[in-house]
Amino acid sequence: MNIELILFGAFALLTLLSAGTVIFARSPINSAMALVSTFFFLAGLYVLLWAHTVAVLQIMVYAGAIMVLFLFVIMLLNLGESPTRGKPTLARVLGGAATVGLLVVLAIVLLKLPAGAPPTMSAATQATFGTMATLGQTIFTQWLLPFEAVSLLLLVAMVGAVVVAKSRI
Amino acid sequence: MVPIPYYLLLAAALFCMGMFGVMVRRNALVVFMCVELMLNAANLTFLAFARMHGDVIGHVSAFFVIAVAASEAAIGLAIVIAVFRSRGSVLVEDLRTMKH
Repeated sequence: MNIELILFGAFALLTLLSAGTVIFARSPINSAMALVSTFFFLAGLYVLLWAHTVAVLQIMVYAGAIMVLFLFVIMLLNLGESPTRGKPTLARVLGGAATVGLLVVLAIVLLKLPAGAPPTMSAATQATFGTMATLGQTIFTQWLLPFEAVSLLLLVAMVGAVVVAKSRI
Repeated sequence: MVPIPYYLLLAAALFCMGMFGVMVRRNALVVFMCVELMLNAANLTFLAFARMHGDVIGHVSAFFVIAVAASEAAIGLAIVIAVFRSRGSVLVEDLRTMKH
């Protein structure tokens, strides 16, 4: 067994465990903390996929900025412990069954894919794959308009958040 | 080397866990967290396919997903604050004004 497979197994197991804690934790604070650890383990998986830049973004933007926002709102609202699940209504039972069904279907399809190791890249691609320079060059040459549109989207979201959350306009 | 279908299977499991949380949890904040889980599962799929094809476009898509998730979190949490201020609750089943 090679070290990459062991690391993948460990990160995958820890990701699923933390995701389970997010869903089943009683207090929202515990959910948020479990979500932070999920993001860290996912960043480890991204590094295994040679996506170093996205892994750094994951930790800075997700585990840093977004989760601070979540924790800030949870503490602002000062919520107590809430019951995890409501009554198991018919809609909820059907929803859970649909989720399990989706997982089974996806697993059947994905296990039919050829399970070999990922194809090897040329040495030149391998040296630059997933680095900040390559990603920046791709975004600022081929994807410049979507990039600017996303910056505009973030600005609109920021202004909209202030407008919606303000008590009196 | 880890085969790519393992990553895809993990992403599918993560997506289904997020979907389950969205349907079962009552607290709107936890529902948002489960949506973030689903977005991360999508990101993992993008990056797995990028590694498979040796193409950096998957990384660009993941970058855009992260940006959209940031704006979604900002707007969603602002709406949660506004609803909490007017109703005094963040449980999704207490919000039934538009139900009928």
